[in-house]
Amino acid sequence: MNLDDLERAEITALVPVTEAEIDALRARLVERAEADGLVDVAYRTIDTPVGPLLLAATERGLVRIAYQREGFGSVLHTLAVRLSPRVLEVPMRLDRAARELDEYFSGTRRTFDLPLDAALSSGFRRTVQQILPQIGYGNTQTYKQVAGLVGNPNAVRAVGTACATNPLPIVVPCHRVLRTDGSLGGYVGGPEAKAALLRLEGA
Amino acid sequence: MASTELFDDAARRHGPAVLRVCRAVLGVGPDADDAWSETFLAALRAWPDIANDTNLEAWLVRVAQRKAVDVIRARARRLTLVDNLPDAPAAPGVIESSDASELWDYVAGLPERQRLAVAYHYFGGLPHAETAELIGGTSAAVRRAAADGVKALRRMCSDERAAEGRSR
Repeated sequence: MNLDDLERAEITALVPVTEAEIDALRARLVERAEADGLVDVAYRTIDTPVGPLLLAATERGLVRIAYQREGFGSVLHTLAVRLSPRVLEVPMRLDRAARELDEYFSGTRRTFDLPLDAALSSGFRRTVQQILPQIGYGNTQTYKQVAGLVGNPNAVRAVGTACATNPLPIVVPCHRVLRTDGSLGGYVGGPEAKAALLRLEGA
Repeated sequence: MASTELFDDAARRHGPAVLRVCRAVLGVGPDADDAWSETFLAALRAWPDIANDTNLEAWLVRVAQRKAVDVIRARARRLTLVDNLPDAPAAPGVIESSDASELWDYVAGLPERQRLAVAYHYFGGLPHAETAELIGGTSAAVRRAAADGVKALRRMCSDERAAEGRSR
């Protein structure tokens, strides 16, 4: 800090602005931004038995669910780059998704009824991710079986990649895809989370 | 785009400085809050087009200055309508606040040029030359006004502390 900055810090300290004041202004700003259609990507975080999750939605629907180990900050930056830099924390826009996930984790919901935005995946990965919801609650398939389902039985590795890069884990149930030998295989939320989800579903 | 910073982070980081500028220019109250909101709404609109190397704080403070001028003009129009006086003053006095610290009253009580020079330079971080572009006058005159304003604020603070000391 040079002398100017020090003096500036000293003067601004005389007229403090509290975090609560900025939060109140920010809440009003979000309302105005919503009304003016300026929030392209809304996000919030929720607490779940598999740790905190980041939920993000566009106007078209839920676009991203991220586990904490993915780094929420870096996920938000990626959304800003890939979708739109107008990314804002607007919990209200994710109320329904949060409620359905809550019901899922308390065992009262078996399928999700949410509009989804597949903007973050394309090509073969998208094809695989769109077929995954056909694997019902409590059931599992192998990577090889899923490759057969999408009509490309040799694309086992590509199915693995599609599962690993699923932008909407849990809602798009890539956790229901296992290795042919019955072992869990990888998971974007970590093997413990995959095991926990399968246990919850009684699989 | 300002890809290195999320809008939310920028609003948290620069929100206080922009609020100080708005309050110093307009007084503590709804007008300053409105100018703050308009500034960040403008930032959100422009966000995809703001270049990576932009000095965001300076950019926001310059927008805040324009929004504050808009508020002052709207305020003057309102007064003109209410009073029906064609010669109503263009920039009526700073509104009073009840909930802010006394320091804001001192800021509000500064002569206008000192108040604006303090607002844009000390609260907003703009160089004197840029402040001069915004409020008119030479860079040297703005520097003097800012220094005088800060001196007056410091004096009022220490007077207050001394008074508090005596009353104990």
